[in-house]
Amino acid sequence: MAMVQPRSTKYRVLASHLGMLGFIVIILFPLLMVISISFRSGNFAAGSLLPENPSLEHWYLALGIPYTGEDGTVTQPPFPVLLWLWNSIKIAVISSVMILALSTTSAYAFARMRFAGKGFVLKSMLIFQMFPPVLSLVALYALFDQIGNHVSWLGLNTHGAVIVASLGGMALHIWTIKGYFDSIDRSLEEAAIVDGATTWQAFRYILLPLSVPILVVVFILAFIMTIMEYPMASVLLVDTDKLTLAVGAQQYLYEQNYLWGDFAAAAVLSGLPITLIFLYCQKWIVGGLTAGGVKG
Amino acid sequence: MTRMILKWGALAALVGMALYLILALYAQQEFVFAMLFLVLTASAVFVFVNKKLYAHRYIFPAVAGMGVFVIFPLMYTVGIGFTNYSASNLLSFEQVKDNLMDRTYQSDSVRYNYELFNTDAGYVIYLEGKHQNLVSAPLALDGSDTSAPVLPASDKPAGEPLAIRDIIQLRSELSELDLLTEDGRELSMASLRAFAAINAQFTLHDNGSITNNQTDVTYFPDHDTGFYRSAEGQTLSPGWTVNIGWDNYLKVVSDPSIRGPFFEIFVWTLSFAVATVVFTLALGLLLANLLQWDQIRGKGFYRTMLILPYAVPAFISILVFKGLFNQNFGEINLVLEGLFGLRPDWFSDPALARTMILIVNTWLGYPYMMLLCMGLLQAIPRDLYEASAMDGAGPVNNLFNVTLPLIIKPLMPLLIASFAFNFNNFVLIALLTGGAPDIIGASTPAGTTDLLVSYTYRIAFQDSGQNFGLAAAIATAIFLVVGALSLINLKLSKVKV
Repeated sequence: MAMVQPRSTKYRVLASHLGMLGFIVIILFPLLMVISISFRSGNFAAGSLLPENPSLEHWYLALGIPYTGEDGTVTQPPFPVLLWLWNSIKIAVISSVMILALSTTSAYAFARMRFAGKGFVLKSMLIFQMFPPVLSLVALYALFDQIGNHVSWLGLNTHGAVIVASLGGMALHIWTIKGYFDSIDRSLEEAAIVDGATTWQAFRYILLPLSVPILVVVFILAFIMTIMEYPMASVLLVDTDKLTLAVGAQQYLYEQNYLWGDFAAAAVLSGLPITLIFLYCQKWIVGGLTAGGVKG
Repeated sequence: MTRMILKWGALAALVGMALYLILALYAQQEFVFAMLFLVLTASAVFVFVNKKLYAHRYIFPAVAGMGVFVIFPLMYTVGIGFTNYSASNLLSFEQVKDNLMDRTYQSDSVRYNYELFNTDAGYVIYLEGKHQNLVSAPLALDGSDTSAPVLPASDKPAGEPLAIRDIIQLRSELSELDLLTEDGRELSMASLRAFAAINAQFTLHDNGSITNNQTDVTYFPDHDTGFYRSAEGQTLSPGWTVNIGWDNYLKVVSDPSIRGPFFEIFVWTLSFAVATVVFTLALGLLLANLLQWDQIRGKGFYRTMLILPYAVPAFISILVFKGLFNQNFGEINLVLEGLFGLRPDWFSDPALARTMILIVNTWLGYPYMMLLCMGLLQAIPRDLYEASAMDGAGPVNNLFNVTLPLIIKPLMPLLIASFAFNFNNFVLIALLTGGAPDIIGASTPAGTTDLLVSYTYRIAFQDSGQNFGLAAAIATAIFLVVGALSLINLKLSKVKV
C-alpha cells in the first residue's frame, strides 16, 4: 500500500468490524430464530434462542412421521412436506432441462447466425421478460383450462401445465448463454465447417463442450427460479398433494390454524438444501443475475 | 433416407395432433384459442419446412414459448379489459341461452301422489292422479335407472305399499328418476309423497326474447350489459360476456369506491418501490464499500454471512417474517415487550404494516445491491482515491464526488429493473400481509398494503366478485408502466445485439 494511512485508521477498522458484526447478528436473527423454534415443543411456546427442552416433534412431523408425545398422544403430520418438496424438485428439474436445451439452441443461433429480425427479436425478448406473469394469470388460467379439455395432462391442476408455463421465461437465460458464446472465438467452429462439419455438428461437438460452465450456471439459475415460482403455481395447482413447496408452505400460518413450530421445521428442512446450493454456486450465479436484475 | 422418413413422420404426427386440438377448440366456439394454435402450428411448419429459415429453427421453440405464455396472455388480458368478463358474466351468449332453456320447474297442476310397492321383480311405483292412475314396470332402484316409462293402470299392484320410513331410505334413488308418460310428459319427485310434471321454465320466441312460463314475464336479451332484461328492469342470471368499451377504465376514474382505493394503492406502490430501491441501494453500497476496504480482514466470512438473506428462498424467509412479526406469538414482539414494554400491532395498523413490509423487503433485497456495487466498485481505478486523499477528502467526499458519479451510469438500468421488479412484487405482499389491513369503504377487495399487482390479483381471484374485466383493465395500465420502464432501460443500457 503506497497510500499514507491517517492515525485514526485503526479505530475506523475496529468500528467497521463491530458495525458489520452487529449488522450480521441482526440480519441472522430471523434465520437463527427459525432453527431454534423448530426444536421447541408445541406451536406457541416462547423461549430463548437456545431451547430449554429441545424436542424433535416438529422434525418428525416435517419428515412425515407421526409423533408420539410424552403423554402418549399421537400427532399426525399436518401437511405432506416431503411430497411438496418432491413436486417442486420434479417440476424444477424437468423445466430446467427443457429451458436449458431450448435456450442453448436459441442462443447459438443468436450468437453465430445471421438472419432477418435478429436484433428485433432479442430486444423484444428483453422487454417482454419484464412483464410480471401475475398480471396475465386470468389469460393463462383460461388457456390451460381450454387445453386441459382436450389434453388432460396439460390442463389445470397438473404439473405439466406448470412445467410448460415456465417455458415463457427463457429470455434471460438466452441472453446469458449468448453472452458466453460471444466470448468464445468462432475460428474453431469455422475450421470444422471448412472440414465438412454441418452447422449442427459444429455446435454439438465444438461449442457445447466448451460452454459447460455456463450451462451449469443456467441450469442452477433456472432450477432455483422454478422452485421459487409462486403466482403461476398458486393459480394452476389446486389439490393439496399436487402443490409445490412455495404454494404449500403458507398453509402452516393461517390465523385459524397456526402451526409455527411445524412450519419452522419444514422451512429449515426444505430451505437448507436450496440455500446451500445457492451459496455454493454464488460466484457464477451473481454474474448471471447482474445481467438481468431478477431478484431484489 | 430413414432420417427423412422419421423427420416427416414426426412432423406429420405433430401437425395431426395440433389440427385435432384446433378443430376441437373451433367446434366449441373458442375462436381465440383455435386461432392461437393455428398460428403456432402454421409458423412451426413454415419454419421447419423452409430451407431458407434454417437459423429460425433454432430460435423457434424459445420464441414460440414466449409467444404463447407471455405475449398471447398479455394481449388476451388487454382484450378482457374491454369486456365485462366476471363471475356473473362468465359464459357466451349461446351458452347462457342453452343454460336458461334447459331450466325446468315442477308443475303445481299436474301432480300425482304415489305409493311404492316391493314386488318379487323389483320396486313398482303406483301414481294416483286426478284423471288417471299410472304404474311403472318393476325397477331395481339401485341408482342404475334414470328414467322409466309409466303406463295407465286401473288397479293397484298387489301387496302392501312401503312405509314412509322405507321411502326415505330410497329417497336419493327416487329423486334421480324421471318417469315418462305415454303423452310425452316427464315426471320427477316433488316430495316424499308426490311426483309432478317437469315443465320447461322458459319459452323462446322468434325475436329472441324468452318468457318465464311460471310468472309470464318476458325478458329481452340486452347485448349492452350482457343480461336478459325484463321491461321492469329485472335481469336473469347468469349473464354473458359482452364488449363494454372503456367502461372498466371509466369506473376506475369515476366510481368513488374504486377511485379512492385505487389511488391510495397507486401512491403506496410507487413509494414502496422507490423506498425499497433507495434503502437497499444505500445499505448495499455501504456494505460493498466496507468489503472493498483493504484494511478489513475476513472478507470471505463477511461476504458469505451478508449474502445469506439472498440465498434463502424468498417464499420461506417471507413466511418466517410473517411468523416473527405475529402480534401475539411472534418473537419480535416478545423482544420488544421485554425491552420497551411495546406490543405493536404489525398486521392491523396500516402505517406499521407498511413499515414491516419495507423492513422485510430491505432485508431481502440489500444483498443483491451489495453484489452489484461490489462488482462496479472493483472497476474504479484506485489512484482516483489516492488523488482525493492527497486533497484531503474524507469518506463522505469520496462517496459523493468519486464513487457515485462513476457507478451511477452502469447502475441505472439495474436500478430501474429493480424498481420495476418491486413495483410488481406480488410474492412479498401475497405471502406477508395478503394486502391487510383492508381499506374501508372499498367496493372491491383492497388493502392498505396492497400493491397494484396484488390488488389486481385479488379483484380477479378473490372473494365473490371475480371481476376479471376490471382486473384486466388495471393490469393493462400496469403493462403500460412496465413497458415504458423497460423501453427506457433498453435505451439507457445501450444493449448491443
